[in-house]
Amino acid sequence: MSNQEKKILVIGGGISGMSAALDASETGYSVILIEKRPSLGGRVSRFHQYFPKLCPPMCGLEINYKRIRPNKNLQVLTSTEALKISGEAPDLKVTLKTSPTYVNHKCTACGDCVDVCPSERPDAFNFGMNKTRAIYLPQQMAYPNRFVIDRKHCPEGCDKCVVACNYQAIDLNMPAKEQEIDVSSVILATGWKPYDAKKLTHLGFSKFPNVINNIMMERLASLSGPTQGVVVRPSDKKPPKSVAFIQCAGSRDENHLPYCSSICCLASLKQISYVRAQNPEAEIYLFYIDIRTPGKYEDFAARIQEDPKLKLIKGKVAKITETADGSLVMEAEDILKGNKVHIEVDMAVLATGMEPSIAGQSFVGDTIKLDSSGFIQEDQKAGIFSAGVAKMPLDVSSSVIDASGAALKAIQNLRSD
Amino acid sequence: MKKKCGIYICSGCGIDAAVDTQALIKVAEKELKAEACHVHPFLCDDSGLELIKSDLRAGTVDHFVVAACSQRFHQQSFDMGPEHMVLRAPIREYVAWMMEPRDENGKVNEDTQMAAADYIRMYGARVKRMEIPQPFEQDTIKSVLVIGGGITGINAALEVSKAGYPVHLVEKQAELGGAAKEYRSFLPQKAPYRDLEDNQLEELISRLKSKSDISLYPSSTVDAIDGEPGNFTVRIKNGQSQKTVAIGSVILATGGKSYDKNKLTHLGAQFKNVVSSDEFEAMAKTGKLTRQDGSPAKTIAFIQCAGSRDKNHLSYCSSTCCMNSLKQAAYVRQIDPETKAYILYRDMRTPGLYENFYKKQQDDPGIFLTKGEIAQVSEDGERSILIDLDNSLLGDQIQLKADLLVLATGQVSSLVDEESHLNLGYRQGKDLPDLNHGYPDSHFICFPYETRRTGIFSAGPVRHPMDINEAKRDAAGAALKAVQTLELTSMGKSMHPRVGDLSKPDFYLARCTSCKRCTEECPFGMLDEDEKGTPRPNPARCRSCGTCMGACPERIISFADYSIQQISDMIKEVEIPDEFEEKPRILIFACENDSLPAFDMAALNRIRINPYIRIIPVRCLGGINLVFVSDALSVGFDGVMFMGCKFGDDYQCHFVKGSELCNERLSKVQETISRLNLESERIRQFTVTLNDYDKLPEIINDFVTEIDAFGPNPFKGM
Repeated sequence: MSNQEKKILVIGGGISGMSAALDASETGYSVILIEKRPSLGGRVSRFHQYFPKLCPPMCGLEINYKRIRPNKNLQVLTSTEALKISGEAPDLKVTLKTSPTYVNHKCTACGDCVDVCPSERPDAFNFGMNKTRAIYLPQQMAYPNRFVIDRKHCPEGCDKCVVACNYQAIDLNMPAKEQEIDVSSVILATGWKPYDAKKLTHLGFSKFPNVINNIMMERLASLSGPTQGVVVRPSDKKPPKSVAFIQCAGSRDENHLPYCSSICCLASLKQISYVRAQNPEAEIYLFYIDIRTPGKYEDFAARIQEDPKLKLIKGKVAKITETADGSLVMEAEDILKGNKVHIEVDMAVLATGMEPSIAGQSFVGDTIKLDSSGFIQEDQKAGIFSAGVAKMPLDVSSSVIDASGAALKAIQNLRSD
Repeated sequence: MKKKCGIYICSGCGIDAAVDTQALIKVAEKELKAEACHVHPFLCDDSGLELIKSDLRAGTVDHFVVAACSQRFHQQSFDMGPEHMVLRAPIREYVAWMMEPRDENGKVNEDTQMAAADYIRMYGARVKRMEIPQPFEQDTIKSVLVIGGGITGINAALEVSKAGYPVHLVEKQAELGGAAKEYRSFLPQKAPYRDLEDNQLEELISRLKSKSDISLYPSSTVDAIDGEPGNFTVRIKNGQSQKTVAIGSVILATGGKSYDKNKLTHLGAQFKNVVSSDEFEAMAKTGKLTRQDGSPAKTIAFIQCAGSRDKNHLSYCSSTCCMNSLKQAAYVRQIDPETKAYILYRDMRTPGLYENFYKKQQDDPGIFLTKGEIAQVSEDGERSILIDLDNSLLGDQIQLKADLLVLATGQVSSLVDEESHLNLGYRQGKDLPDLNHGYPDSHFICFPYETRRTGIFSAGPVRHPMDINEAKRDAAGAALKAVQTLELTSMGKSMHPRVGDLSKPDFYLARCTSCKRCTEECPFGMLDEDEKGTPRPNPARCRSCGTCMGACPERIISFADYSIQQISDMIKEVEIPDEFEEKPRILIFACENDSLPAFDMAALNRIRINPYIRIIPVRCLGGINLVFVSDALSVGFDGVMFMGCKFGDDYQCHFVKGSELCNERLSKVQETISRLNLESERIRQFTVTLNDYDKLPEIINDFVTEIDAFGPNPFKGM
């Protein structure tokens, strides 16, 4: 087998996996990119804007999709996960499972099916803050741009979408598919998920509707989100007049995530700009331990902190309580002033940290070495590499840098001499 | 050779519900005289594709217009091979999904139908002009030059070598290692990130020296780099001697340096027992921590952000100083457990898993950490250092006395105040253009290696403040890009963002007036000049954006598949009704990176749009030639909108300068338009990102309303 015939498998179709897959395939190698969700894009596709430029993440994603579309070295399999990795490099075998989406490649995204679908489901992409029909587009800029069906929300015996589709694109009996592929290198780019804020019981997430996490904030601010980009508090759909951002919600906490998630300070400063752009009068509070905005991000952070209606309070929020009208009271110690504060706000945003997604995935087993927090360790068995937040908390730019490096290591591993 | 053009119209996905596709066939047959025209209800399906392929096999058609969905769908399905041009006329998105459909009696809306017919004409006319781009071929030298032999450079060289490509590594000092030579220890680099690592430099250097495909040039500098990616000639200078080597791509890894401590007199830099982090590191390496008089330092304070996050010095955060001071505090305790370390910070910045190391130091009873503002640093009679702190966690207004004070000085790029490390023989200058703070890195979040000099990548602290572990990751990423440059260039393909594009600009130099606009404006410095000022192209530097094409007043620059003639033909093919009152015509040039997908998004959401617009995609607004404006006005368009990316400090243009250059060009032409007694407002540029798709109707309607008030373009019908 020549080096160019050997294949690289990238697991995870977020910004890291996509970048690694593109970099390796554009260098001339055969790459298979798998993503367990029905669309590529990962976490960043949920963001309204990137710090520090406040530019739309969709712009970079679309350029990546534009690179993928004509790329003949790259095969993309969505709704696909790895079940098992076996063998020794350069002869690794990976078992893949593709779950049925019940819509095949003939789908033109015309949307005729949606008009006839009688059933609704909570939109997981938007954290259930709105609903979609049971047949839906995974996200506005989905790749592939194809509908999928959430079968558990289909009424018994319903085939209205099948009838409405002019293109024979819907197959309600689509089976799951398993296959074993031979690859020589594997890049794990399994990314992260927001820490489950329900575990932070003192902060009232999921108990008080107006306590949201930072990714929900991204969805609220996003034009493609549940409110078409208007930031409102969930209980009464009114724009908040005051908002508290609570840093290190889970991070830097031995009982939750012992590490720092690296991006939450910048994410909150960015989200402060979302609130400010929609309400010049809003009172905004930021509770923090340290403001961590490294490198040139400091210029962005300094600009946001010039806001006269933004108050920074060094201290952890000990408790959030709810008032009769759904407002929230932050109870915290102002460490610098040495006193306790009680601040009432309309809405609170928990800057929840990054938790690595890989733990619990079936291929991990004894094959992949994880550290005590669930991040992939640097030294793995031959042929296995990692990229991005699967390895450590990183921002987008650092993830892409790391992805390029992982692509190179995967290529080095294909060399037979 | 005459093109045999086939036009394939899809009637599916609601196209038939909005337009009369049979009438479109008549346009294709009668006006465009297309060799084949078909309507199919499901063109992207096997039967539809077979319809196209059978014409191809029969030799009836060699150039194709697919009037159906946008390029964002089924790109590979409609790929008819490298010898055939396929243009997508997105009548599904631009017309059927955004304009008025047939009425309840099935009658088509006249405006909608006219729009669809125009797109058939526009794309049909363009495809006839298009040629298949031929790859630019050159012998590619598949080796990499690494400049700088510190941690970043050594790692980059090893990574490139491991991928199978020879490396030339140039280091200005006699010894390799850079700043790391002085390090007592390295930062933690593996889980659980609690322990310092030994200095691994020696091992790295011996690995480097064992590689036969890495040529080392110590005590050397790069005196000149000429040529283009895949084929650079480098002159390496060592004292009086010189050597020339040929390489294909470059990694600039000249590192950073510490901010000048002597500028920090407000922090006591002038006092004897105040040292910089670098000086302290060297001292710690000797194993003795002493004051200047040789007596042991028993209380050592560190002031963080010494020069960083300070408008009078470095406004940015140097990223590495918090971890570095924690490391040095650990030295203090290793060397003498009786000695105490105080770290005075604004915010402790130990991102990610470094937090574990921070916690370990916090647990050390001899290390004291406090947030506080430095009010004053002074010296007592014994030359000890007195630090007055305000608003500290230990209390308001306290004083700390230290035997030795370490200023955690920040990082500065080695490009600041130094001779050029690259000495590029480029018309646009010998260095990578910097952005701010002297750092040359890419401005893009999603594409951190996209600098303005193709095939030349910076890595490590030269491009951003970073520590050893980050520099190592950056070195690997840059190594990939350097290798990728060699492979893409060897096939004549463009680098990011038009990866794989084979088209490079052709210059009809016989008509060149040497005005130098193209050589000045190319964002990537593709063009050099001869003595007369005539452009000398270096195709492998080109990223195929078309900015040169837009710049040229003589219109002598074109691409095989993207030219002034092709765009002008599209403009001229639009049928302009004589009756303005009902039918103004607005031309929109949309950047295909961001603005064009915004139209796709609007279409997907079935946002209704003004039916009088006609959209022409461009690779970048930088490709807008002013002749497009005169063409549009002379055929009778009432207004022209240019939609592209944000420009300025926070630019989002993926060709860096395109939208800014377009804006400059338009501001110049607006004067000319006024002189013709036309309202200059008829020509205007708009920033439209993907996130603005919902605003498109309003942006367009406001513009149309304004144009309505001016009345028709007086050139209409002339």
